[in-house]
This record gives sequence, structure tokens and C-alpha cells, in this order.
Amino acid sequence: MKYAGLLVMPAGFFLSIAAVILFPAPAPRAAFVLCGLAVEGLGLAVAVRGHMEARGERRP
Amino acid sequence: MNPALPLSDAVFALTFALLMLAPLAIAGVALINTGLGRSRSAAQALLGNLAILAVAAIVFALLGSALAGVPSATACCTGHTFQLAGKPWNWLGAGPMLLSGFASSQPLSQLAVLFEFLAVAMAAMLPWGSGMDRWRLTAGCAAAAVTAAIVFPLMAHWIWGGGWLSQLGVNFGLGAGFIDGGGAATVHVLGGLSALAVIWIAGPRKGKFPKDGLATALPGHNAVYVVFGCLLALVGWLAWNVAGAVLWLHAPLAALPVIAVNTLLAASGAIAATFAVTRVRFGKPDASLCANGWLAGLVASTACAGIVTPAESILVGLVAGIVTPLLVELLELALSIDDPSGAITVHAAGGLWGLVAAGLFAPLAGQLVAQLVGIAALLGVVLPLVYLLFAVLNRVHAFRVDPDGERIGMDLHELGGGAYPEFVIHRDESYR
Repeated sequence: MKYAGLLVMPAGFFLSIAAVILFPAPAPRAAFVLCGLAVEGLGLAVAVRGHMEARGERRP
Repeated sequence: MNPALPLSDAVFALTFALLMLAPLAIAGVALINTGLGRSRSAAQALLGNLAILAVAAIVFALLGSALAGVPSATACCTGHTFQLAGKPWNWLGAGPMLLSGFASSQPLSQLAVLFEFLAVAMAAMLPWGSGMDRWRLTAGCAAAAVTAAIVFPLMAHWIWGGGWLSQLGVNFGLGAGFIDGGGAATVHVLGGLSALAVIWIAGPRKGKFPKDGLATALPGHNAVYVVFGCLLALVGWLAWNVAGAVLWLHAPLAALPVIAVNTLLAASGAIAATFAVTRVRFGKPDASLCANGWLAGLVASTACAGIVTPAESILVGLVAGIVTPLLVELLELALSIDDPSGAITVHAAGGLWGLVAAGLFAPLAGQLVAQLVGIAALLGVVLPLVYLLFAVLNRVHAFRVDPDGERIGMDLHELGGGAYPEFVIHRDESYR
């Protein structure tokens, strides 16, 4: 689960890059960059969740 | 950002003198991290900082500086580039190996490389504080080598060496491109995210999260180290931010006093806010959290001291100071992340906030989007890359010390002697 989250994070980065390239207008560009960051946040949340579950299983 | 001009002798001398003071920031952080750890690991913690600094400097000289590229007034033309959407994307530096030709390079390039040496040492050192009391010294040095050889040079080139992030303004009209005058991204966010990777890989200290009940408090062993480290760090940070503004933002001499004032105000606002929050939250102000708040204010100022006004700087500090104690509590109690030095909160979160603030308060249109793209690169590239590299490294050379070493303390286990041989070390309740 942690690795899945960490794999999602580069997807958010590429979304932000795509926004810079594809949208010359400031508003949609900013919106899609924020979407990219949101995807990264989602990936980070999944990775943290994976860490917590792994800790719970290994706790003595 | 002003255009790069050849340095006058006076500016060269001033910047060089500032860079001689900047290591005090490293000394301050090392002292803070040691004080926040346990007494039975204090010598290993402080020696580890020195060892990591040495390894990072050597590896950066041998390999990292070549990949970072040599920053100069014509840096946009050096490095490995590919074309995408009709624009050049400079993604990796192509400087000389082993610093060949360094002595005869431009004065600006020499100072920039010196700054990068300090930056890589600090970036490599930050995770060490988070891995205290269970991270083996040799594994810490190996991680520092990876950081200095691969991850730091990549970010340094993107941001300082004429890489694609710094060119966002030229290529896509996003303000002045990604701005990071003092290394909030290349040093602090990188170091903080590396700390998260280390904590995930090494796991928490033994007894930190018992199966039943709340997380166990493992307080730092020396509040005097921690608070004195804060004062030491202030001196270093003032020099660091001003030197960074000269080198990376090409700030004129007249702007330098304001940058120093902004640095001080951000730290002051932050510690005032943390003092108030911990006073309300716990009934009394907490020394270690206040120190972390102070440091978070300094870290936030690293990104934006050259851009904001003094009033805005106080605001930046206040936000950093409010968020710091709350995030420390969230990470420990809700997310089971054992970070003794608070590097994730102080350096990663503080640095990210500073980068956002630089975009919010910058006068140029599109600057905020440029900053957000840079943050996307940090979270989307740096964290997965660092975690992957450290996970592979952990397979080769285990990060975590064996249980016996953790029980007797890192000083005795790794160094054969304690930091305080004439003092009685209290028995640890969690090992009964």
C-alpha cells in the first residue's frame, strides 16, 4: 500500500507538468497544477496509511 | 529576480565572508538534534553529524557537483536538455568531474559551488536527527553519500543551475521561474522528505508506540543544547539567507539588510506563535516545541526572506509557528511517525510553507504557480526517489541497529563509550 501511494505521487507531478505545457491561460493552468498537487496529496495519504497499517501488524 | 551581473570585488568579499559564517546554521541544527535525542546516544548523534558532513562534501566534490552543473551567469546553456512542446527542458547538469577547473572559474561560480557544499551538508544531515537512537552511523553515512551524489545535485541543478524549474519564467511566463533564494527546497524540503523516508524504513524507537495506549513520550535529554542551538542557528541563518539572496536572487547590496531583518522577524513570529499555542495547549510553553517553532520560522524565511516585506515576514513566521506544534502532535499521535528531531515538520513543512509564501507575496504574475510546480516536483519526484534509493540501500546495509544496540544506547554500541561517562544514566522504563 505504501508503494502504491508512492507510485501515485509522480503521477501528480506529471499532471502539473502537463498543465504548464497544455494550458497557456493562467486560470486553468493554476487549477490543473493544484489538481496535480491534490493527486500527490492523495498518494502521500495512501503511503502514510500503508505505513500505519504495517506498524500495526508489526507492533509487539 | 534581478539579472546576474559579474560580482564586484566588494560583493565577492562580502558573500565569501557570509559563507564562512553560514556553517553556524549547520552547527546549530546539529546541536538542536543532539539535545532532542537521548543522553545514551548523544556522542553518536553529534559524531554522526560530522561524519555525514564529511561524506556529503567528499561525494559532492567527486560526483555531485558535476551533476549539479556549475552555476554561472550563463547557466541556462549548460546541462543535458531535451525538447518538449517546443521548449528546452534542462534536467541534468554537465559540469566538470572532480571540480576540475574550479580554481579558474568565475568568482560567482566559485561562491555558488561553495554555497552548494554547505547546502548538501545540511540536506544530508537533516534525516540523521530523525533517525536518532536507532540509525546506524555507517548507514547514515551511506544515505548521505546517496543524497550528495544523486538527489541533491538533481534538485540543485533544476533550481540553481539553470534547470527547467528556474526557467519556468522564461519558457512559460511563470513569474521569475521557481525561486528558492536560501535553499528551502534544495536543502530543507529535501532533508525533511528524506527524514520521512528514513523513519518509514527504520521504524520507530523501541517502546515509542506500545501495543496498548498512547505513544510514549521520549523527551530530549538536554534543553540547553536545544535552545543554544537555536541561537547559533540564527547567526548562521542570517548569513545563509543573505548570501543566498546575493547568489541566487542577485539581490543588490541595498536589499541585504531587509533580508536579514526578514529572517529575524520570521523566526521571532514563529517562536511567539509556538509559545502561545503550547501555552494554551499544555498550560505551559514547551521548550523543545518552541525551539522547533523558531527553527521552522527560520526555514520558512529561507524561501521568502528576499521577497517579502518585514510585515509579511512576521505573518510567515506566525503561520509556521502555529502549524509546527500541531503537526508534531499529529505526526506522532495520529500517524505513528516517530521523528525525534521534528525534521518533517520543521524542515519539510516549514520549507513548503516558505515556498508557497514566496509565491503568494511575490509581485510577479504567475510566481505562485511556478512555486506550486516546484513543490509538485519535490513531492512527486524527490520523496519517491529518496524512498526508493534508501529502501535499496537498506537491503544492502540495514539502517536499524540490532535490538541489543538499541537497548544499551548507540554510544556504547557504536562508539564503545558514552557522551557523559561521569553521569548516571537513568534506567529506561520501556525496556523492563
